[in-house]
Amino acid sequence: MSRVTPTLLRALLLALLVTFLLAPETFEPLLRPLVQQNAPVIYAQGNLMSLTLQHLATVFAATLAATIVAVSLAVLVSRPIGAEFLPLSRSLVNIGQTFPPVAVLALAVPVVGFGEKPTLIALFLYGLLPIFENTLTGLTTLPRAVVEAARGTGMTGWQRLVKIELPLAMPVILAGIRLSVVISLATATIGSTVAARTLGEVIIAGLQSNNLAYVVQGGLIVGALAVLIYDGFSAVERRLAVRS
Amino acid sequence: MIEIDHVSKVYDGKTVVDDISLTIEPHTIAVIVGTSGSGKTTLLRMINRLVELDAGMVRLDGEDNRTIPGYELRRRIGYAIQGHGLFPHRTVAENIATVPRLNGWDRRRTTEKVRELLSLFQLDPDAFGPRYPHELSGGEQQRVGVARALAAEPNVLLMDEPFGALDPIIRAKAQDDLLAIQKHFGTTIILVTHDMNEAFHLADKIAVMDGGRLLQFGPPDELVRRPATGFVEAMVGAGDRPFRLLSMRRVADAAEAGEASGPALAASMNQQDALAELMWSGRPAAPVVSADGTMTGRVTLDALLKRARGAP
Amino acid sequence: MTFRIDKLGVLIVVLAIYGVLSPFATLKANRIVPGEGFDILEALPGGFGRLMLLAVVGGAAMALLRREALWRLLSASVVLAALFACVGLAAAYLTPADNSYARVSPASGFWILLFTFSLLATDGISRMNPRPSVRLLFLALAIGIVSVILLSGLWTDLSVMKEYAARADVFWTEASRHLLLALGSLIAAAVVGLPIGIFCERVPALRSAVLNTLNLVQTIPSIALFGIMIAPLGWIAANVPGAYAIGVRGIGVAPAFVALFLYSLLPIVANTVAGLSGVPRQAREAARGLGMTSAQRLIRVEFPLALPVILTGIRIVLVQNIGLATIAALIGGGGFGTFVFQGLGQTATDLVLLGALPTVALAFASAVVLDALIDMNAVAPPRKDTR
Repeated sequence: MSRVTPTLLRALLLALLVTFLLAPETFEPLLRPLVQQNAPVIYAQGNLMSLTLQHLATVFAATLAATIVAVSLAVLVSRPIGAEFLPLSRSLVNIGQTFPPVAVLALAVPVVGFGEKPTLIALFLYGLLPIFENTLTGLTTLPRAVVEAARGTGMTGWQRLVKIELPLAMPVILAGIRLSVVISLATATIGSTVAARTLGEVIIAGLQSNNLAYVVQGGLIVGALAVLIYDGFSAVERRLAVRS
Repeated sequence: MIEIDHVSKVYDGKTVVDDISLTIEPHTIAVIVGTSGSGKTTLLRMINRLVELDAGMVRLDGEDNRTIPGYELRRRIGYAIQGHGLFPHRTVAENIATVPRLNGWDRRRTTEKVRELLSLFQLDPDAFGPRYPHELSGGEQQRVGVARALAAEPNVLLMDEPFGALDPIIRAKAQDDLLAIQKHFGTTIILVTHDMNEAFHLADKIAVMDGGRLLQFGPPDELVRRPATGFVEAMVGAGDRPFRLLSMRRVADAAEAGEASGPALAASMNQQDALAELMWSGRPAAPVVSADGTMTGRVTLDALLKRARGAP
Repeated sequence: MTFRIDKLGVLIVVLAIYGVLSPFATLKANRIVPGEGFDILEALPGGFGRLMLLAVVGGAAMALLRREALWRLLSASVVLAALFACVGLAAAYLTPADNSYARVSPASGFWILLFTFSLLATDGISRMNPRPSVRLLFLALAIGIVSVILLSGLWTDLSVMKEYAARADVFWTEASRHLLLALGSLIAAAVVGLPIGIFCERVPALRSAVLNTLNLVQTIPSIALFGIMIAPLGWIAANVPGAYAIGVRGIGVAPAFVALFLYSLLPIVANTVAGLSGVPRQAREAARGLGMTSAQRLIRVEFPLALPVILTGIRIVLVQNIGLATIAALIGGGGFGTFVFQGLGQTATDLVLLGALPTVALAFASAVVLDALIDMNAVAPPRKDTR
């Protein structure tokens, strides 16, 4: 019973989300009390489904780039050839996390202009940190005996990395990517302040026209996406971690 | 044959292996003993070049071990370590198949080898092959670790405290299994341990190391009778000397013609156990029975005590 | 001694060359049009340009040839100090006389050099692995140097400072608003979150329910949560007697404060639970064996042992709040975000910087201070980087 409930809840959440995106009018009565008499209830300046897809695409592109770069960097500094950069990279990750997303976004605008680009840059930079940190943790905390045995069986450095180290570190790396995606989903909404097409548009329209229904629907869609993606990643991580 | 020729290793100005030479005959078991920090593990790891030596040379069957890349060398030499180091994300069968796959064996040959080894180590291939290491007991994991080291049929097997994590009963079993396996394949084994009993149980020859130097290298018998230094004597254990000598010989070697009463002792039993049995049962002698069940004579308390003092 | 070429040194040299070849300062006819770039020698009067170049060359050479952490930190500090001084000089030198519209800003070359030598300084500090008190000293020194430069008027002609001069009063109001939002909501969250955390740790049945709820709050994007708070607070202000009088409003500081408070709860509660459950069983048993009451155990044994983990939660919250408080500006809550969003609206980069730079500096300083506190309270000595 208690094992089935979370799966049911997730399925229900997914169904609600899809229904809302395909036929938002269905939910009009629920949101109606949030607005003044004649104000529109459902965001109409853009299609919610296409905004959501655009939002996800932006997050996906930024996270993909961040994953490739962060994992490569973490692999590099965990090899003997990049070991000199290890203390520095740890400090940089620490410092990088203190940069507020709004500041990164705002500072990217003068360099690349308004639109998707500054958002992609901010999400990319902000997404790097958790992935790099987790990959490094995963690669540097492998059981000594296992790494030793991999050398002892005559694997080359590349074979050890691909066949042993990365697969063993995978649950931790995935946890980093999950964190990064969830942060990016929320941060992407801020991108709409610099004219990126994301669900933030709905929220900001709501703030500007004092329309609470807009704010709520924008916020809840992003929240639902985050919960579903978070759960999906967690499930994969658990499946991988069972073996080790 | 493994020739270790004036080998040294220096870490941060500290000499951890100091000009060591020794030769290990093929198809024998050499055990390196020493306290922790004596350099025994470093010496072992220089043979398969997990550690690169700073001076000297290691020759395998007359060939310098630096003529091929380190990883190629390691695929030819078996390596088993304490805590087994099994890959947790791979099944038992995949773990054992590691080196055959690296060597590019075809699937059929690899599968056959894996099944053969599992059976040899008394693990049912169908039951254990598809399991993951964390589903095995400590003793089973250790056996799989040794099976993996032997998968590519290496002539040489290096073992670094392979039984260190096992409890005493399982450890004794694992040691007996290793002796049987060594007979089966004729593998040359070099094993590192700090457990002197293990060394006497397994070794054809024992090397005693201290502070990076080799103090003595010889058959167990020689270490007991003629310890080269006080340290070797202390390692052997002055109080254990008579028992060590007895433990290396079989009852058959001390048997003489004659009769005795009471339950018979097996000819293959070691003399230390025979002495214990006689003392416990209060008999001056016991009959000896060979493996095929025939009475071959008797063994006396006097004969055993004489041998405990070092008589041949 | 051997002069081995250092890999980071090579990176520093490459970056430094790129930095030197890029424009050092930009002169704009007014605050929003694009400007014209000047390289180091053009941007600085007479010998100063050559001195600056010399400092960069010297710093890069040190990075390449010397591996001692202290030397790297010292040479990087010298170059950084020279950069800070020269950018002020460049502003004074390039600004045409009696033209109050013209603006001089640091250009890409300055930022690249700043990044390059901050990298070198960071590397030096990470290699020294200093004690927490020494790290605090470094921070105090850095704050001191920047304050002296600000007070000396060296930067008066820089465009950011002109933006500041035009809004000096508002700046400090917004700064205190920002601090009030970030720190106030943190304190409120600690007051509420610590007891919840202690309670959750003792009652496992509650734990997952509370943590899951707080986790859900975290998934709502910040701008939405800020917005959602408007309605209930507006209703309270209108309908609860006395609420309006103590400052509850539908828009402004109140909803921002509540939203930040809600975001802060999860890290504090979760880390309190984690810290307390991480207390070794033997320590608890020993405390019981010595006859401590449950309250005494909590205060004398469990809490001190859990403190580093709880402080880590507070560090996360503080850094996160300082960043998120910028969003408050979108709902009229004030803070440094006001300048960021005004600047974005007017495409005035310098105004964006006026909001962003203090936010970054504040977050960075808080992180350093709290990291030091965490290490000082750690039971085991702080991690050493071993290779």
